[in-house]
Amino acid sequence: MKLVIAAIKPFKLDEVREALTEIGVRGMMVTEIKGFGAQSGHTEIYRGAEYTVNFVPKVKIEIGVAADMVDQVVETIEKSARTGKIGDGKIFVLDIEKAVRVRTGETDEDAL
Amino acid sequence: MNIRKLLTASAALSIAALPALAQEAPVPDKGDTSFMMIATVLVLFMILPGVALFYGGLVRSKNMLSILMQSTVITALVMVIWVVYGYSFAFGGGTSPYWGGFGKLFLSGVTMDSTAATFTDGVVIPEYVFIAFQMTFAAITAVLIIGGFAERVKFGAIVLFMALWVTFVYFPIAHMVWDGSGLIFNMGALDFAGGTVVHINAGIAALVGALIIGPRIGLGKDMMAPHSMTLTFVGASILWVGWFGFNAGSNLEATGGAALAMINTFTATAGAILAWALIEAMARGKASMLGGASGMIAGLVAVTPAAGSVGPIGAIVLGAIASAVCYYFVDVVKNKLGYDDSLDVFGIHGIGGIIGAIGTGIFTAPSLGGTGGEDYSMMGQTMIQIEAVAITIVWCGVISFILYKIVDMVIGLRVSEDVEREGLDLTTHGESAYHY
Repeated sequence: MKLVIAAIKPFKLDEVREALTEIGVRGMMVTEIKGFGAQSGHTEIYRGAEYTVNFVPKVKIEIGVAADMVDQVVETIEKSARTGKIGDGKIFVLDIEKAVRVRTGETDEDAL
Repeated sequence: MNIRKLLTASAALSIAALPALAQEAPVPDKGDTSFMMIATVLVLFMILPGVALFYGGLVRSKNMLSILMQSTVITALVMVIWVVYGYSFAFGGGTSPYWGGFGKLFLSGVTMDSTAATFTDGVVIPEYVFIAFQMTFAAITAVLIIGGFAERVKFGAIVLFMALWVTFVYFPIAHMVWDGSGLIFNMGALDFAGGTVVHINAGIAALVGALIIGPRIGLGKDMMAPHSMTLTFVGASILWVGWFGFNAGSNLEATGGAALAMINTFTATAGAILAWALIEAMARGKASMLGGASGMIAGLVAVTPAAGSVGPIGAIVLGAIASAVCYYFVDVVKNKLGYDDSLDVFGIHGIGGIIGAIGTGIFTAPSLGGTGGEDYSMMGQTMIQIEAVAITIVWCGVISFILYKIVDMVIGLRVSEDVEREGLDLTTHGESAYHY
C-alpha cells in the first residue's frame, strides 16, 4: 500500500478528482494549504506599501492506494494537474504500514 | 414665543395689522425641514457604518473590532458633549471671533419653536434640526482622526483625547468658520461643507498623532495589508451616498444651491476616481480597487468646501487634481518620510482638504464655471482661502500636539508591545471579529 501526497494548483482540484475517479480511485483527503517552491510568491501593493506574499495557496490531496495502482495514480495526477507553468506542484509517494476501515474493521487493502 | 403669539393674534384680528405680520418671526418651511432631517441622518450613516467599515477593512483582522468600537463610542461621546456644551461653544450666540460662549449650555433656551437662520433672509429651519445636523459633523470629524494611529493606541486614551480635542480644536474652528461672528467667516473665506473644519482639521490632528505615537511595530517588514478590501469598498460607497447629506445639507434649504452641491458631489467624485485609476494604471500598470476607493474619498473631500460655489465641470477638474496630489502623497511622500499615518487620514483628508479649500478659490471664478459674481477676484479669494487653511493648520496642529502630550502623561497613548502584537480586539475588547 502506498500513500500518494500531491500539492496542486487549487483550480485543478476538480479536474484531478475526475481523472482519478475514472481510473477507479474511490476516495481522497483534501486540505487547503500554503507553501512555496519554485514559484515563491508574489507582490501586493496597497497605496504604495509593498508586501511580498511568500506562501502561495495550494491544495494538498492524499490518497491511499494499492501498490500495483500507484504508478497509474501518480501518472493521472501528473497529467491532469499540469498547466506547464511554474507552480504546478509536487507529488510524493510513501509506504503505508496499515489501513483500517472504521465502519467494518476491515484492514489493509480491503480498507482502501 | 409669547410676543410671537401676540403678533399672530393681532394680525388675525385686523387687516390694518399687516405691517406687523411682516415683522413676525419667520416659520420653517416643511420642505426645508424634511430635507435637513434626511441630510442629518445621512451624515450619521457616513460615520456608522461608513467610516467604520472603510477604516475597518483597511486594518488587520486582529484590530477590526477596535476600529468599529472606537468609531461607535466616539460618535456617542461627541453627541453627548455637543448638547451639553459643544453647540454653545460653537454656535452659542457669543460675539467672540473664537468661540460661541456659554449662552446655550445644555441647549438652554432652545424649544420646538426656536429657529436657525439659513443663507436666505427670512428662511429658517427648526433649531433642533440645525443642532442635530451640526452634531453629526462634530462626530464624524473626531472619528476620522482614529485612522492616523489605528492598531496601536489605548482605547481610554482615545476617548479622553477626543473629548479634549472637540472642546479645544473642533468647536472653536467650527465657530471661526461658520458662525456669523467667527474670525475666518468674516475674512470672507468660502467653506461650504467643512473642508477646513472637518477634513483639514482631522487630517492635521491625525498626522500629529501619528508622529507623536510612532509607527506600528513591524512597519515595512510585517504584512499589514488591508484585511478586507470588500468592507473597505462597502464603507467608501456608503460614505459617497452619505456625503450628499453632508454637502447638499450644508445648503440648509432645499433649493437650487442644494442641487448644485448635489451634482458637484457626483461629478467631482467621478473625476477623482477616474484620475486615480488612470494614474495607477500608468504608473504601475494596474488600477487597484483600493486606488478606486481612495480616489472616491479624495474627490469627496476636495469638493466639500467647493460644493456650493463651483460649477459641475470645474468640480471634475478639482476632483482629478485632488486625486493626483493625494496619490503622490500616500504612494510616494509618506513612504519616503516613513511616518505611519496608518489609514492615510492626512494623505487623503488633510491633503485633499487643502487642495479643495484652495481650489474653491480658483474654481468659484465665473470664468471657470463657478458661481462667483462679476466682481469676483480669483487671486483675492484664493489668498483668503490659503489664509483660512493656514489658521486651521496652526490652531489644530499646536493644540492637538499639546492635547496628545497631556493624554500621554495622564493615561499613556500607546498599548504595550505584547498587546499590539496580539491585536486590540482580544486584548482591549475581549472579542474577535471573525471565527473561521
